[in-house]
Amino acid sequence: MKIDNSFEELMTSGHLACQACGGAMIMRHCLKALGEDTICVIPASCWSIIAGNWPYSSLKVPVLHTAFETAAAAASGIRAALEIKGRENTKVLAFAGDGGTFDIGLQSLSGATERNEDIIYVCYDNEAYMNTGVQRSSATPEKAWTTTTPETFPKQGTKKNIIQILCAHKIPYCATANVAWPEDLMRKVRKAAETRGTTFIHVLSPCPPGWKIPSEKSIEVARLAVDTKVFPLYEVINGEEYHISVEPKNLPVEDYLKQQGRFSHLGKEDFEFIQQKVDYEWKVLLQRSMMESFQMVM
Amino acid sequence: MKKVLMGNHAASWGARLSRVQMIAAYPITPQTQIVEELSEMCGDGSLKAKFLKVESEHSAMASVIAAESAGVRSFTATSANGLALMHELLHWAAGARLPIVMVNVNRALAPGWNIWADQGDSLAQRDTGWVQFYVEDNQEVLDTVILAYRLAENVSLPVMVCYDAFYLSHTFEPVDIPDQSEVDLWLPSYVPDCFLDPHHPQAFNGLVMPSHYMEMRYKLQQAHEAAKTLVDEIGDSFGDHFGRHYPAVETVDCEDAELVLVTSSSMTSPARLVIRRLREAGKKVGLMKIRMFRPFPAETICRLLRGKQKAVVVDRNFSWGGSGIFAAEIRAALANERHAPVIHGYISGLGGKSVTPERLTDMVEESWKNSLPRSPAIWKGISA
Repeated sequence: MKIDNSFEELMTSGHLACQACGGAMIMRHCLKALGEDTICVIPASCWSIIAGNWPYSSLKVPVLHTAFETAAAAASGIRAALEIKGRENTKVLAFAGDGGTFDIGLQSLSGATERNEDIIYVCYDNEAYMNTGVQRSSATPEKAWTTTTPETFPKQGTKKNIIQILCAHKIPYCATANVAWPEDLMRKVRKAAETRGTTFIHVLSPCPPGWKIPSEKSIEVARLAVDTKVFPLYEVINGEEYHISVEPKNLPVEDYLKQQGRFSHLGKEDFEFIQQKVDYEWKVLLQRSMMESFQMVM
Repeated sequence: MKKVLMGNHAASWGARLSRVQMIAAYPITPQTQIVEELSEMCGDGSLKAKFLKVESEHSAMASVIAAESAGVRSFTATSANGLALMHELLHWAAGARLPIVMVNVNRALAPGWNIWADQGDSLAQRDTGWVQFYVEDNQEVLDTVILAYRLAENVSLPVMVCYDAFYLSHTFEPVDIPDQSEVDLWLPSYVPDCFLDPHHPQAFNGLVMPSHYMEMRYKLQQAHEAAKTLVDEIGDSFGDHFGRHYPAVETVDCEDAELVLVTSSSMTSPARLVIRRLREAGKKVGLMKIRMFRPFPAETICRLLRGKQKAVVVDRNFSWGGSGIFAAEIRAALANERHAPVIHGYISGLGGKSVTPERLTDMVEESWKNSLPRSPAIWKGISA
């Protein structure tokens, strides 16, 4: 796949991300898609560090660093200020990790979505609290190792389905995306920017130290998440109209899991269990994609 | 224009006359009418502001911080548990040096649930970096909101305007509402030095290394020192313009007083009556109302209490395991004072109990008799 590089780079070198950090790539693509008339909100996350310490910034857009649980509330406040100042065209990007979105920031995200604030919320999901050293979040996949879910007692229960939560709010636009499909990611970000109201993009963000993968495998592993249907790529309009963006190659989940040290304790039975769950979720997604959206009968 | 207003609506009028541009709030008794009235004002267009009806006080403060960072004058109001929920972000607002104004209706913290007057909620936030005013009547509520914006925007600090639940919040008093044109002359529109602006991209509140954190905090304290100096200047200017003067510390009959009764908030009104009666009975007593608690006007208080025999400090709050909070601050302020009065600290009115003239008189007379208090905090009005 060829990346369209005609957009301006708004993220600079000298940022503080780890090698092959998915979060860094996602920010770069998002800002390329949004352009310089953007204000970025960053709650506590790896990006609190990646952006650079005072007085430096690795982003060429204004950034408001904010408390862990406040990304959507802070973005709402900026939108209100822009509206009062007659700057409606300026885009507001909330850029939060999975902890700041699925867990501690879920209330403010729900509040902002219910009010249908005109903000773009991007969650870069590396599936654990990576900045504090790989502790489980509600986005951590079932059976994964983290420093709070050791191999002797790995993560219990399914990863929270954040897209379903947002669809329950009838969010105007939400989508999943992946760094291995940067053009698809940028297209979705632009679509989000063109949509009035709250939009949400859930991006899988490979984390070499947290997932225990070599840096050079970052994109490859991210791509396998889609091709094994573990992390399908799709969009949802108004919480109802599902469109699948990428046809997965239907590879066995084992191909994805075996690449990562965080799943190294899993055996054949575990692979089979995860495979069946993934197949089931894919079937549900297919069914949803065949549903027609709500139309009022005249 | 004179109107009979409840304290809460006086706060709404203060925000309206200050031409706040953004409001975010969440309902909590006894604050709710402030934002109800502001909703009406936004709805009928008499106030051109964007009102975010957020899902918690935490989000109210988060969005107000963000709006203020984007360069618009912002307002919120809360009480008790709502204020406690905001705690993390109160530090954020002050550390980011944002001139937000917030009204806090002083209410007791749970458990058990108690919606009545108690200063424990806002005094628990004294170390967050906010300027704090404690006001006595509804006119002072309205005026202090306007004055707070002028002070806040001058020193880049957030300001909290506090008043007692029900004694003011739900009590109707005649209030003079200044003309908008007069307020506009006195309170210019907000022009921030820097704000979130795509034309001049800057990062706010990012990671600060040990090499600079303390320097930034030192500047925060310098701003408080500046506020301490400016507050009386701004109070005088307000007085010259609107005819009502608001010093950080107000005194009544203190010049020749041997004993000074020290109060804050609404209990100051019965204290005025008590002092008048005792003066009529020939007692050399005076009254000190502490209007500003942060920055603490320690120098002014030392000067005014120098050479007095006794100060009777009444606290509608308590620092558990310690004493009344105003009393503790005054003791600390007087620590190096050669001719300091003996401090008689009283706790009264927690959770909405009335601080009556009789109770205040009892405190003064008891302190008059005893050369030293029997304890650093004497609780008055406890049912046996």
